[in-house]
This record gives sequence, structure tokens and C-alpha cells, in this order.
Amino acid sequence: MLRDITLGQYYRTESVIHKLDPRVKLVATFAFIVSLFLVKNFIGYVIAFLFLALCVKLSNVPPRFIFRGMKAIFFLLILTMVFNLFLTPGDPLVTVWKFKITKEGIRLAFMMGIRLVFLITGSSLMTLTTTPNNLTDGLESLLKPLKKVHVPVHEISMMMSIALRFIPILMEETDKIMKAQMARGADFESGSLMTRARSLVPLLVPLFISAFRRANDLAMAMESRCYRGGEGRTKMKPLIYQSHDYIAYIAILAYLVLIVVFGRILFV
Amino acid sequence: MAILLNHVNYIYDEDTAMAHPALIDVSLNIPDGQFIGLIGHTGSGKSTLIQHMNGLVKPTSGQVLFDGEDINEKGYDKKALRAKVGLVFQYPEHQLFETDCFKDVCFGPKNQGLPKKEAELRAYEALKQVGFDDEYFYQSPFDLSGGQKRRVAIAGVLAMRPQVLILDEPTAGLDPKGREDILGLISRLHKETGITIILVSHSMEDVADYVQRIIVMNSGRVQFDGEPRQVFAHYRELEEIGLAAPQVTYVMKELKEAGFDVDENATTLEEAKNEILRVFK
Repeated sequence: MLRDITLGQYYRTESVIHKLDPRVKLVATFAFIVSLFLVKNFIGYVIAFLFLALCVKLSNVPPRFIFRGMKAIFFLLILTMVFNLFLTPGDPLVTVWKFKITKEGIRLAFMMGIRLVFLITGSSLMTLTTTPNNLTDGLESLLKPLKKVHVPVHEISMMMSIALRFIPILMEETDKIMKAQMARGADFESGSLMTRARSLVPLLVPLFISAFRRANDLAMAMESRCYRGGEGRTKMKPLIYQSHDYIAYIAILAYLVLIVVFGRILFV
Repeated sequence: MAILLNHVNYIYDEDTAMAHPALIDVSLNIPDGQFIGLIGHTGSGKSTLIQHMNGLVKPTSGQVLFDGEDINEKGYDKKALRAKVGLVFQYPEHQLFETDCFKDVCFGPKNQGLPKKEAELRAYEALKQVGFDDEYFYQSPFDLSGGQKRRVAIAGVLAMRPQVLILDEPTAGLDPKGREDILGLISRLHKETGITIILVSHSMEDVADYVQRIIVMNSGRVQFDGEPRQVFAHYRELEEIGLAAPQVTYVMKELKEAGFDVDENATTLEEAKNEILRVFK
């Protein structure tokens, strides 16, 4: 059940996308997300879809695996679409009691839905193809200029990498505790909202305790290995751009140009 | 009350690149009242196997029968099954959550839908069964020592009065004294109540002295299944899969090879002692 959440998980396999420098993937994901909000028409979404499909194809991650992560946001997706569908002012097409479905509403709901699905797919593709360590390395390196204005970049990226590293661990832990409580007759799936909320106590209390215990152990382990923050720390594997990284940057730029030209300027 | 596993297969992470079989064609018969040791290396599938027995995990193919009924059939009351087949997970003290020990033990019987009085009665009985001191009853479970916490956790399952009790590595992380205490407790429980007990462990030493039957798992398959002496006779194969027979077996083998007329099938320390004393008399 909890295995279905793929957000923040790494999928181990060989591919061009896996080999890319994490900085490229971060920039690409950011560019892709921005592009989704620039697009104004249908053709733009087609281009975005093709770009995304190409990346998924190149990444060797089975699409089924990516879409499994979508289940987690399904509720949010439906809610967004319904709100947009009913609450957008404009030409009423159908009127049911107090609610109007407008032409603009249908268009907006459709666009928001696609946007959300692409957004999740794009960002999960990044985390699926990049190890958490690489990801934070990339982020740290990209944010380095902010150090000048006293932003604790290293500390932030360390916190991020720990948080990401702990997602699968805590997920497994949750699964284990859930099973253990189910073995004692706990029921997480039926009853009213209140009973269900109350039934989470036997799950959440042990989970919090275990998270604190792990945090404590980790802090101890880091300290005993003389960790003292980012000052003067060097990397074992520093990030260096390869030729395929430059090619990827060019591809992203080309994509952005295409999106702006076809999705925004032409055929408005 | 017997549990029957019929050609059970289970594949982890099906449909992904990480897919791997955890159980391969496992068929077992667990009759009433037996004390069984389930042995296997880490990742041999023993934890997955026991989760099939109370319906926490559904087999990819094959059936699990309890009392002749398929537990994965639609409409089968799994909650009732889980009260009958009690499962104590590894490090069970990590699931304690209530403000005091007594309340925590009441959690299981309350989930069974028993009235408060009856649930408390059972909780009291279970805590007594695991030898827990009255004075700690109303203490927070988080203030106890590791061994005491584990007793509370085991009592939490016992309070549901299961007919089959499965314990996943109940001695993991305990010191030798705590280990002996827990194993002695389980053995006493079997003698007094006559319930079926399945003791999961990766150490032969732990189970050899107590159990009537040993099931050895190796990479998802049942490798050996029989009385301890039968299983230990395969000590060479056991070594190959990273397990070993208890030290007693080796001592007796070497004594035999050195020319002493001992019975090399002695499996427990007690038997071995008697054998050696008999020869040297």
C-alpha cells in the first residue's frame, strides 16, 4: 500500500538520464515546470508531452512505475479539476441548480489537470533517476552563489539529503508498524472519519518515537566522525560537467524556445 | 486449527525492475500444538512466510488455509484470524504506544470487540503469563528496560488468546540472560497452554533445546523440515547455506571420530551431557 508512493524514490537502472549531471537535471526540471506555466494553448502541451515522453523513454524507468506515484495525488487532481470546472466565470454551457459549467471552466480544468500530471511526472522522473546524494550535491553546487549573502547552503542541502534519505526508511517503518498493529487487530481502513483518525494513534506514536531515535543515532554517528558543518569540506566525487551534459543543456534550451514560440507567441 | 500452506509463491515488488521472488513453492502443514523452529538466513523469506499465516501478506499464487478455509477468499474475517494466529514482530517493543503498559496490552483484546472488563482480565492474565511485575503495570512502557518492554509487547499479542503464536526473532538484541528468559518463557507457555508456537530465528543454538520440529528456509524455499536430529544430520549442507548445527552436534561428531562410543544424534546440551557421562562411567 505504502509502496505505491514513488515520490522521492530512486529507481536503479542504467540510462542516459541516470548518467546526467544532477545540476542538469535540476535545471531541466525547473525549466520544465516553468514551461508548463508559460504554455497558453494546446500545441504547447503537445510539445511538453513529447519532451516528457522522450525523457521517460530515455530513462528506462517503466511508465507504470511513474504512474503508480500518481495515485497519491489523485484526490488533489480531481479536487483541482472540479473547482476549476465549476468556479470559473464565463459562458455557461450547462447549469445544474446553482452550479454552472462554463466553456472557460472546462478549458481551465483540463489545462490544470494536465499541468498537474506533467508537473508530478517531471519531478518524479528527476528523483527516480537521481540518487538523493547526487541530488543534494547538485543543489548545493547550484545554490553556492547564495553563500555570499550568508545563506547556509551546505546545511540546507545536508538537511535535504537526510530528509530524502529517510523517506524510504520511514516508509518501511510505517509499513512495519502498521502490520504489527494490524496483527493486534487494529483497523486502519474502516469506520467514520473520527474513528479512522483515532486509529492512527497506534501508528503515529511509535513512528515518531522511532524517527527521534533514528535522528539521535544519526547525530551521534555524524559527530563521532567529526562532522562540523560545511566549512572547508571537500567532496570525494566533485561534480564535473561532461560533454553529454552540455548536449542536454542545449536540448533544454531548444525545448524552451519551442515552447515559447509555439505555446505562447504563435497561435494564441 | 491447523495451518496449511499449499504451493505458496510470493514475489516482492512485482512489475518493477526490483522484482524478486521471496517465496518459491512453499507447502507446509502446521498441526495443532506443535512447537516449531523456523530457521533461515536474513532474506531467506522467513518473515514473509509468517506474514502469510495471518493474512498480512497475500500470496502471489497458491493458498493459505486455516481450519480448512482459504484465508484470502473474499469475505473471510481476517480480524478474527489475526486474533487466532498471533504474530509478534521483530523488535515488538517498537509498536508500544499507550501511556501505560496495561493499556497497551488491552489494545488487542479491545480490537477483538470484547467488553472492557473482559479485555482487562485477559490483559492481566497475559502480563502474568509473561512474568511481568505488578508494580510496573501502570508505568509508561517507554521507561522500561529492553527485556521488559519485549515482555509487554508479547503479552499484547497473548492477550488475544491466540491458538497459534508466531514470534519473529524474539531474542534479537537481547543480552544472553534476557535471551534465555524469553526462550524459557516461550517454552513454558507451550507446556502450560498447549498452543502451537512458531519460533523464527537465524540461530540453531536458540531453538535446538526447545522445539519439536525445525523448518529450514533458504532463498525462499523450504530446504529441510523435520525433527531437530534429522535436520542437524545435514550439518554440512546447513553450513553451505550459512547456518550451522548447534555446537553440541559438532562436539558429539568429533568425539565419535576420536573413537568414543557416543550417540552423535544428541541435539540438546542435556542429552549430550548424559551421553558423555554414560560413556565415561
